[in-house]
Amino acid sequence: MVAGRPSADIDHPATYASAVDCDLHPALPGMHVLLPYLDDYWREMVSVRALDRLNLSLTSYPQNAPLSCRPDWKPDGAAKPGASLEAMQRHVLDRYQPRFGILNCLYGAQVMHSEDMAGVFCRATNDWIRDEWLGRDPRLRASIVIPAHNTELAVAEIERRADDPRFVQVLMLVSGEVTLGRRQLWPIYQAAERLGLPIGVHAGSAYRYAPTAVGWPSYFVEDYVAQSSAFENQLQSLISEGVFAKFPGLKLVAIESGLTWLSGFIWRADKTWKGVRAEVPWVTRAPSEIIRDHVRFTVQPIDAPDELAAIMRLIEHLESDELFLFSTDYPHWQFDGDRALPSGLSEALRQKILYGNALATYPRLAKAFGATEVNA
Amino acid sequence: MSTLELDRGRPAEAKLRVIDCDIHPAMNAWTEVHPYLAKKWIEHLTVYGSHLRHAFSEALTHPRMSPDAARVDAYPDEGGPPGSSLTLMRSQHLDPNGVAFGMLIPLRWNPGSQRNLDFGVALTQAMNTWQVERWVKNEPRLRASILIAQEDTVGSVAEIEARASDRNFTQVLVLPRTDEPLGRRRYWPIFEAAARNNLPIAVHVGGTNGHPSTGGGMPSYYMEEHHAVAQTMQSVLSSLVFEGVFERFPTLRVVIMEGGLGWIPSFSARMDKHWSRLRSEVPHLKRSPSEYVRERVWFTTQPMEEPGRASQLIDLFDRIGWDRLLFSTDYPHWDFDDPRYAFKAPLSEAQRTQLLYGNAQAFYGIG
Repeated sequence: MVAGRPSADIDHPATYASAVDCDLHPALPGMHVLLPYLDDYWREMVSVRALDRLNLSLTSYPQNAPLSCRPDWKPDGAAKPGASLEAMQRHVLDRYQPRFGILNCLYGAQVMHSEDMAGVFCRATNDWIRDEWLGRDPRLRASIVIPAHNTELAVAEIERRADDPRFVQVLMLVSGEVTLGRRQLWPIYQAAERLGLPIGVHAGSAYRYAPTAVGWPSYFVEDYVAQSSAFENQLQSLISEGVFAKFPGLKLVAIESGLTWLSGFIWRADKTWKGVRAEVPWVTRAPSEIIRDHVRFTVQPIDAPDELAAIMRLIEHLESDELFLFSTDYPHWQFDGDRALPSGLSEALRQKILYGNALATYPRLAKAFGATEVNA
Repeated sequence: MSTLELDRGRPAEAKLRVIDCDIHPAMNAWTEVHPYLAKKWIEHLTVYGSHLRHAFSEALTHPRMSPDAARVDAYPDEGGPPGSSLTLMRSQHLDPNGVAFGMLIPLRWNPGSQRNLDFGVALTQAMNTWQVERWVKNEPRLRASILIAQEDTVGSVAEIEARASDRNFTQVLVLPRTDEPLGRRRYWPIFEAAARNNLPIAVHVGGTNGHPSTGGGMPSYYMEEHHAVAQTMQSVLSSLVFEGVFERFPTLRVVIMEGGLGWIPSFSARMDKHWSRLRSEVPHLKRSPSEYVRERVWFTTQPMEEPGRASQLIDLFDRIGWDRLLFSTDYPHWDFDDPRYAFKAPLSEAQRTQLLYGNAQAFYGIG
């Protein structure tokens, strides 16, 4: 499975050419950029309530905290890391020359309590991404930002973008208002499956609840560490509720979830399922099998000191080398220099992680890839 | 590692010598603790009963898949719930399974989760005396745990001090679903008292704090709720490490009970990775998170992990540290681990002895 020649020097940017970068973060500079996409009522609301003076950056990523931006990617002055397409081109797109890069915008639109406000701001955010990013670099693709707490508005937003093949995924936060398997969310999954859009679940919380079952931790580092726990809980929810049995064509991409927890997850989940499966008779296959068929993971951050050993161990435990998708997590600080993947991977495995697995996950990318191959 | 051997075809019973670090004793009726409660608390118990941050105070909103979460064969002939009969515990578990010592982990009433703090403290006092009078005095193989109502730090410290010189007690017991993450400073007087008396802190699955059992809301199914106890323990461990509890109390030892094992090495590595980036936020940590875990934290083994291959279980134990694993059965619960069959990997005799007996002997200083 992973035999073969060791790959070329992984420290050289050229070795990433043709990759699919599955996690790029464009920063929305401020609400003023959304104004052109709002109707009169909402423009007035922004003005009357001074919403454009609010800092809607998510709590999880304080602008100056070490994880929020790699030191050598920091912009000058007060600009938000990730706000400039030119900087993203210089740091990632032109340097590594990926075939595609997927934008995951983590602006505050999707967490506002007002479902109407969330819906309107999500819609405007997607418009802004289309015009300011997708329209300005043909390599870019994007996830559709949705107000997941209002299924009707979320589905409408997904359908509004469906005809634009540059939107390749639906974006949700790992911790929102309800556990991700809950049936009230199923219309979102139904629409995504029908339209060939994987559900991208990104680390982060709307903070409707404490980020852990034992309450509010003191430190950012605890919140970050807790993300893998949140992904474990949500995978267990999606599996238990039967989402993948109901939507057999649905793919889910865990973004910034970390990876190494997967071994323990499948062992525990499989054993628990054997013991209590009578409770969830629609779960007719072991959780590890369901994950192999339906769930993929972006590689950054690789949450272990010995990254190569961690990946090889996971592939052995999970009995699959098709689960991991390349990502830089730009501009977050996950790796240094040009070593976005650990050295020592076989050439075959490296190609799978760099683009093969992503093309098998994103139907819209596979289609675009086919078109570029034909034209080449 | 020494030569590995499979233990097929050997009379295992003759060789079994076990310290079971997780046994759940039960009461036949609430009245069993009346002798140890002040009159006003007996009245309170009768009039109001338990009061938790939970829809039911006497039942679970994720009902288990078996009554009392118990083995179907654990109901005493004379009546009463599983775990209530010492006779059956002896004939069904302690004798045939070679239990030399057994640690009692009483779960009834969640005293630490009671909204009425004085009532919670009174319950811990009564249940601690009950453990000794009802169990330890009648069965010298058993040991009691000092239950505390951790949200009342003063009451907790007083109870630890009251029991510390009593050799019937081996540890301080806290359920992980505390009001705030266990490492927060409000709980430090408890750690100080435990460390001063050289008592380990045992954290056993349980408790209700009003927070959903996941950071993304309440799960629907018991299958999820059961899985989530591992993530709860991850959060407890993360809190103890990053708050600097192990730095502040350099002799404090912690044992995580029934939280699973598969996540431990990867979670330690994950903490290290994030700490290496964000250590400026937690300058009170002098060492990497995994070092604190490796030196100061033990884990009970049930429910034992069952990876696809035996070598993966051995690899897991290598990475956790063989000396940090304390065998437990969870008697009389449904997912009981039998000491003969729990480890689905070839172990040397030395390894088996270490896991079943030696580690707990050293940890508790008994036997």
